[in-house]
Amino acid sequence: MLLAGMLLSVAILVLGGLAAGVLARNCPERAVALAVGANLLAAGIGLVIALLTLLTGASQMTVLPWSVPLGTLALRLDPLSAFFAVPTLLVSGLAALYGRGYLAGKGPSSWLWFNLMVASLVGVLLSADGLLFLLCWEAMSVTSFLLVILEDERAEVRHAGQVYLVATHLGTAFLMVLFLVVSPGAETLAFPRAGTLPPTLAGLAFVLGLVGFGTKAGFVPAHVWLPEAHPAAPSHVSAFLSGVILKSGIYGLLRVVTWAQQPSDWWGWVLVLTGLVSGILGVVFALAQHDLKRLLACHSVENLGIIALGLGLGLLGLSGGSPLAAALGLGGGLLHVWNHAWFKSLLFMGAGALGKATGSLQIEAAGGLLRRMPGTGGAFLVGSAAISGLPPFNGFVSEFLVFMAALELLRSVHPLAGAVGLGGLALISGLAVACFAKVCGVVFLGEPRSPGAEKATETRRAMLVPMLLLAALCLLVGLAAPLVIGVLDAPLGQLAAGADLGPVRASLGWLAALGGLVLLAGLALGHALSRRPSQPGMTWDCGYSRPTARMQYTAASFAGPLTEMFSFVLPFRRHGKPVEGFFPDAAEDHGEVPDPFNQRLYEPIFRGLMRFSLRVRAFQHGEVQLYLLYIVIALIALFIWEAL
Amino acid sequence: MISMLLGLLLAPLLAGLINRVKAFFAGRRGRPLLQLYWDLARLLRKNMVLSRTTTPVFLLGPALSLASLVTCLALLPLGGPALLFFPGDMLVLLGLLALVRFATVLAAMDTGSSFEGMGASREVAIGALAEPGMFLALAVLVVQTRVVSLSELWAHRGLDLWNSAGLVLALVAVALFLLLLAESCRIPVDDPNTHLELTMIHEVMVLDHSGPALAAIEYASSLKMWIGAVLISSLLFPFHTGSAWLDLLAGLAVVFLVTLAVGLVESTSARLSMLRVPQFVGLSSALSLLALFLVIR
Repeated sequence: MLLAGMLLSVAILVLGGLAAGVLARNCPERAVALAVGANLLAAGIGLVIALLTLLTGASQMTVLPWSVPLGTLALRLDPLSAFFAVPTLLVSGLAALYGRGYLAGKGPSSWLWFNLMVASLVGVLLSADGLLFLLCWEAMSVTSFLLVILEDERAEVRHAGQVYLVATHLGTAFLMVLFLVVSPGAETLAFPRAGTLPPTLAGLAFVLGLVGFGTKAGFVPAHVWLPEAHPAAPSHVSAFLSGVILKSGIYGLLRVVTWAQQPSDWWGWVLVLTGLVSGILGVVFALAQHDLKRLLACHSVENLGIIALGLGLGLLGLSGGSPLAAALGLGGGLLHVWNHAWFKSLLFMGAGALGKATGSLQIEAAGGLLRRMPGTGGAFLVGSAAISGLPPFNGFVSEFLVFMAALELLRSVHPLAGAVGLGGLALISGLAVACFAKVCGVVFLGEPRSPGAEKATETRRAMLVPMLLLAALCLLVGLAAPLVIGVLDAPLGQLAAGADLGPVRASLGWLAALGGLVLLAGLALGHALSRRPSQPGMTWDCGYSRPTARMQYTAASFAGPLTEMFSFVLPFRRHGKPVEGFFPDAAEDHGEVPDPFNQRLYEPIFRGLMRFSLRVRAFQHGEVQLYLLYIVIALIALFIWEAL
Repeated sequence: MISMLLGLLLAPLLAGLINRVKAFFAGRRGRPLLQLYWDLARLLRKNMVLSRTTTPVFLLGPALSLASLVTCLALLPLGGPALLFFPGDMLVLLGLLALVRFATVLAAMDTGSSFEGMGASREVAIGALAEPGMFLALAVLVVQTRVVSLSELWAHRGLDLWNSAGLVLALVAVALFLLLLAESCRIPVDDPNTHLELTMIHEVMVLDHSGPALAAIEYASSLKMWIGAVLISSLLFPFHTGSAWLDLLAGLAVVFLVTLAVGLVESTSARLSMLRVPQFVGLSSALSLLALFLVIR
């Protein structure tokens, strides 16, 4: 029944998308309305079903007739897939609503791809068969690629699309091997039963999954496509890509974990270290970025790192025999999957609204936008506080759980892992506060730095409402933390038998109560302060009487102390014309921070590959006579081989 | 409850105490011990000047900081368990301190002043380095006592802990003291008395606040200092007297001793160059990390 409902939701998405594709040329407005309506309807139905599955812990499986070699149309809806379906459908509905306003009638046929992308992700979550999974996975990759290159008149968008396509297929190659390895028989690619893979095979599956799914999740060093692809897409697509599609990698990895008889110790360690490296490097890269959407994309690397860190600590707890640490780590990682979906899609939508209003996504060109766009600015501030892990918002709740997991390991089975996780996560959250203080301070506060920012006005309501809803959700999850973790019980049960979050429920209650108290008291006090008599003046600039917006601190200077501290991982590239001589001409100074992994790891590899391919190409020259000669040589060689 | 009220009442006294120590070393009589109280009362009666650039964030910053820090007091044991305690309360305390930093920095950036941007930039850089130090220092105590709440850490402190791992606890004490200097913006990280905007950190972030808003900030920063000193006193001072009142008195005495030590450092050392500050703050994290490895080896 539940599964059928979920399939209905997929069917609505597909039909709405197809209808939009057909109608796009002749009546574009109706096409868009149909597609968005289908999204909202599917989200409504699907969310109810996913939440029911989570709360009841029910698991349903069905095998439909399908005549494809190796494949079966095996579908399953269990708490783990339902857990990931919730952000998928919630964000897709809101992103569709936002996208309608954002695209403002442009590219009506893109809604076909949008709906198919959402539907294929739900398909990924429902598949219980390797072939079906790969088909859905591939459909998701291709449709999201088509959306990334929606604005393909810009060269950087085409480049980003290319990088995305290559990266996603490299990852998929590992997944193909993964499903071949784990399939229970030669005739089928069906998923193995939960808890059946012996340790060696499970270890191999874990490594293959880590590379394949890790590429999708953007773990360092397989993250390089992410800061290219996500900023290139239109903002409602970026919101879905960063908020949800990345999580499909986490889902896949967790699915592999459920197959193992017993997760080994080193899985946890690998995830903890991957998470730490991704988390720290992600936020450090973000500090050096001055394109808002690129910066947000780097923060996705960071947050997926936090998720991996939490899951890793949880697995260590599981293998070390501490069910509480397992519950805290896995629960914190899982909850961060949800939380990141809310605040990251909110932030990308905010970035899109900002780009529309000011005509630029450059942080250095913005400023003073909270006055001009109070709704967008307020929602963005909430999202920033949430992503920085500050109370009373949702990010703090999941980071609290991960911190608690580290403390629990510290005092029981894995003190070293606990210490590493604790210190690393503390550094990550400190740096995240710094980075979002930069973004909020430079973009929304102060004076506008460009004519575009000067003239900005509040965004249209269709784009504002989804942002406000997501902001409310960020606050609500923070304030209702002890209730919200109820949804974790069923998926946790699938990952770690006996894991129970009960012991922290009281702590989360206090956390939520104190957070709410601080927020209320702060707002009341701020209101009281604003009622005190005051007179307007100007900002103090050492008595200088005509301050201009250009005298404000820039984002590059703001991040300067930290980017210099991390200069060993940030290869600064500066060029321009320096100030020279006693009577200098006009001078300029440009700087950018290319991704070091791109520069030092992937570029040499791909250059080598290119060089090799060029050599090999000498054999393929289009002359038929020589091709015949190859065949003759090959035949003779075979004869000789046979004769020997 | 009493310790919370004491914190609210006595926190501004610490600044006066430090000033008296500094005056003593400089051979002056110094300001009255209660000067900050009078300053706060005077500021509260004044009107404010609000820059035309600012938004509600400008006043919300100090308000949220003050609300968070007062809430922190409820989690802080002193001479007895705190008003509230639960597993993980230390994480909530640190989260609230991070919120204070975020709110203060945004209120500073709201003015659009380059000076305040500079101070904010330094504040977040120092904060990002101080945060791991704080977490790791508490982690050492967690490993030793196997409890994860500040009040339980307070209950578990004692001489046997110092006997079995004195070196580790000494490292933690030094780390916490360095963090106290950094977080409450004292020499050698920041100089509360400097008059050059270019060299300030905390003071430059509040240049444009005036009247009651400035009072909120001043009071909040004295609370922050109080919290740092109480953490050292309540987590590391080894003696239990058995009587709640004596415990409270002893705890307070240690708080004042720590304050005197801050004054001593401030009187006898010079301020570090801004480029060296990250190393200084990083040192506290390194010390905590060293202590942590010593206990879990």
